[in-house]
Amino acid sequence: MNALPLILTVFVACAVEAVEALTIILAAGITREWKSTLQGAGVAVVALAVITAIVGPAVSYLPLTPLRLVVGALLAIFGLQWLRKAVLRATGFKALHDEASAYLKEVAAAEAASADKRHGVNDWYSFTLAFKGVLLEGLEVVFIVITFGDNQRNVGAAALGAIIAIIVVAALGFALKAPLTKVPENWMKFAVGVMLTSFGTFWGAEGAGVAWPGNDAALLVLVPVVALVAAAYIFWLRGRQATLRAASTSESVNA
Amino acid sequence: MKQLKAFGEFWYDFIVGDDWHVAVIVVAGLILTALLTHLASVNAWWLLPVLVFAALGWAVHRATAHYKS
Repeated sequence: MNALPLILTVFVACAVEAVEALTIILAAGITREWKSTLQGAGVAVVALAVITAIVGPAVSYLPLTPLRLVVGALLAIFGLQWLRKAVLRATGFKALHDEASAYLKEVAAAEAASADKRHGVNDWYSFTLAFKGVLLEGLEVVFIVITFGDNQRNVGAAALGAIIAIIVVAALGFALKAPLTKVPENWMKFAVGVMLTSFGTFWGAEGAGVAWPGNDAALLVLVPVVALVAAAYIFWLRGRQATLRAASTSESVNA
Repeated sequence: MKQLKAFGEFWYDFIVGDDWHVAVIVVAGLILTALLTHLASVNAWWLLPVLVFAALGWAVHRATAHYKS
């Protein structure tokens, strides 16, 4: 299979997570101290690289059929989680992730925390805040890089997508010195959810023993069908949301 | 013990997330697909996609059902 869909999927997933990590880094760096913040982020990136370097090749030694079954199940479950949240956010049943308000919250917490020097780090609060933020957001990326990369037997291409996303988001963030509020995060999450769910379904069923009609070409049908079904749920929920709003408006008028 | 519990909770939240029904439907779908394929010789490629679509519909319905008109 062409490596481009793999690189693009990992790129978009990683960009979304990088935007969230960047918000935390900027809040810690601008409010407190850049050196400790960058040390924390750097240590987290090294930890993520070590996890990928150990787990990635180890998983690739597993036979392909059981690997596809397990990874397919995990990806489908994980992808449906992203898709569920994206559908709920697109229809107003769940609040959109707001980078500006997340940034202000982190800034307020960072300003309130006291300075503390530990283990050669000038500001332990900035260090741990950046470390935790990058590690937690990065774990999802590592999961996607390893599962997609190993299934395609191309961890290098998956890692490339992740690295390009980190460089692009970091460059934009440090150029603007502000959280990236204009990024259409929910639609990017929707797209990643569609890709994870489609690939998870495809590989999971293959691992369970089915032969897809058209082999890999079945993905060219599966991906748009998953997107269409998810879009249909958005359409249905928007209708429900409109009915709920109309009912609440008429209730307040009657009261 | 507390740390072990927190570790387990982190991974549960990471993989399964807010609605465990989705995970159950996907796993059940894979078991059914494997049974149909290996025991009944049915190439059930269509089963998992149908269950995945149902799981998504069920999950968004469950998340919004408490909003009454």
